Amino acid sequence: MNQLTELFAPNLNNYIILCSILFTIGVVGVLIRKNIIIIFMSVELMLNAINLLLTAFSVHHGDSSGQVFVFFIMAVAAAEITVGLAILVMIYRNTGSVSIDSLRNLKW
Amino acid sequence: MNVLIIISILGIVAMVSEIFGLRKSIWYIVVATLTGAFIINLNDWDTARRYYDDMVFIDNYAIAFMGLLLFLAFVWFFLSKDQYESDQFNTSDHYAQIIFSLTGALVLVSYANLSMLFLGVEIMSIPLYILAGSRKKDLASNEAALKYFMMGAFATGFLLFGITLIYGVVGSFNLSQIQHHVSEVGNLPLMFYAGVVMIMIGLGFKVSAFPFHFWAPDVYEGAPVMISAFMATIVKAAAFGGFYRLFSVCYTDISGHWAGTLSIVIGTTILIGNTLAVYQVNMKRMLAYSGIAQAGYLLLTLLVLTNASANALIFYIASYAIATLCTFGGLYWVIKFRGNDALDSFKGLGKSNPILALAMTISMLSLAGIPPAVGFFAKFYLFTVLLEKGFMPLVLLSVLGSLISVYYYFKIIIKMYGTASDDTSTLYISIFNKAVLIIILVAILAIGIMPNFFLGIITQ
Repeated sequence: MNQLTELFAPNLNNYIILCSILFTIGVVGVLIRKNIIIIFMSVELMLNAINLLLTAFSVHHGDSSGQVFVFFIMAVAAAEITVGLAILVMIYRNTGSVSIDSLRNLKW
Repeated sequence: MNVLIIISILGIVAMVSEIFGLRKSIWYIVVATLTGAFIINLNDWDTARRYYDDMVFIDNYAIAFMGLLLFLAFVWFFLSKDQYESDQFNTSDHYAQIIFSLTGALVLVSYANLSMLFLGVEIMSIPLYILAGSRKKDLASNEAALKYFMMGAFATGFLLFGITLIYGVVGSFNLSQIQHHVSEVGNLPLMFYAGVVMIMIGLGFKVSAFPFHFWAPDVYEGAPVMISAFMATIVKAAAFGGFYRLFSVCYTDISGHWAGTLSIVIGTTILIGNTLAVYQVNMKRMLAYSGIAQAGYLLLTLLVLTNASANALIFYIASYAIATLCTFGGLYWVIKFRGNDALDSFKGLGKSNPILALAMTISMLSLAGIPPAVGFFAKFYLFTVLLEKGFMPLVLLSVLGSLISVYYYFKIIIKMYGTASDDTSTLYISIFNKAVLIIILVAILAIGIMPNFFLGIITQ
């Protein structure tokens, strides 16, 4: 039992690896998905990976400013996604679709 | 600091002014407040102070940039007056968004803490996502808004990941503590360099440097013309102010680790921006690619990081921004009366609207770097600073880029004066707007003829 706890004990490197993987999943999601809502979710995943990592670092350094930063990120992300969803609603009204493929007017 | 507070309050006043029936006078309130803020800002000169537990640091660098941003916003409000007087817009809402965005830009050039860098970038960008899509029925405007939003959110992710990694190594968001850690502690883990590269990616998106430039032409083309002007000038100036401040304070000692990467980015940005601009048939897209190329020249200052290069940065960005604003101001009238922004709609403008054509010509000369316009001296000063430190190949590449740029800038001038057009109708520009264009024109020439006077002011 003791060995198990030691194996799964949260040390900093595990957090860094986990958050990097989550962040990469988010980046790949933004790059390959066609549905705009899924893309927004991927962006949120990127930001939440950052939040987790910030909290881990904050505990590691014993410094609370990292956790305060997390609140900044949450507030700004909420404001940002509000604007994003408003833009999405506007596009849905004009094109009747939430796919990236409906937007191909601007190119050279 | 007072300037930041005044501009934030001005944004709130603009937002609620519709309720109090101030719709007709809001433009005058905004312009008067910007003038006042500009004077208050200059009043703080030579009194470097830190505010709010070292969150904001107002030194001469910040004051010079804030003065530049306020001045550009002032000019912008004059140029865009006509667009917002027509009825299809809710004037005060738009002005409020612009002023909130300006607040973010001011934060971005005066931060002393990475959390303020993040907040500045976001406060500057979020109103612009809305403004880029402010033509709700226009599909191109919608597309521009979504593209700008997604690129912005994506870039924010990278910026934040970089900030987080640096926090993980240093244990603080404070710029001077990061600087202390870099120069005193040394032996930095790989994580720190990864953080530096991530922040470079995030800010590279904002200034539209080469691998991250692809959004700029689409967004500039789709967004309403004066919003594109705001993005091409004020946002770019603020992003460079933030970029340069971060690198000059924190990363000077480890420049060996990122200078190589940055040189490649700069070289490709200059070449790609100038080459692709040659092939454009749409004026807004051409200006976007020209903006990408100019971003390459501006990034050159990051390789030197001395007082002289900070001067070169401010002088260059002022010359670029004022000429670009003037070009967009002229483009607005062409779009309004000729109905499209193709390069061909500039045909015959020299005959029908001599003043507009003259203003456009001088701006183009300034952007191409032909004396006596200010652009020449900005380029000259920038290249001198670089050559003193020995960056011969990059300077040669930049000069080559400038030579290419002469072709596409002169294409507009030749279209305006050389070719006859089927549509010789005059554009009806009021005396007020003509006067604004002439004042900008005189400013471009005056600074170009007496550059030492203005350079002296900045160097002090």
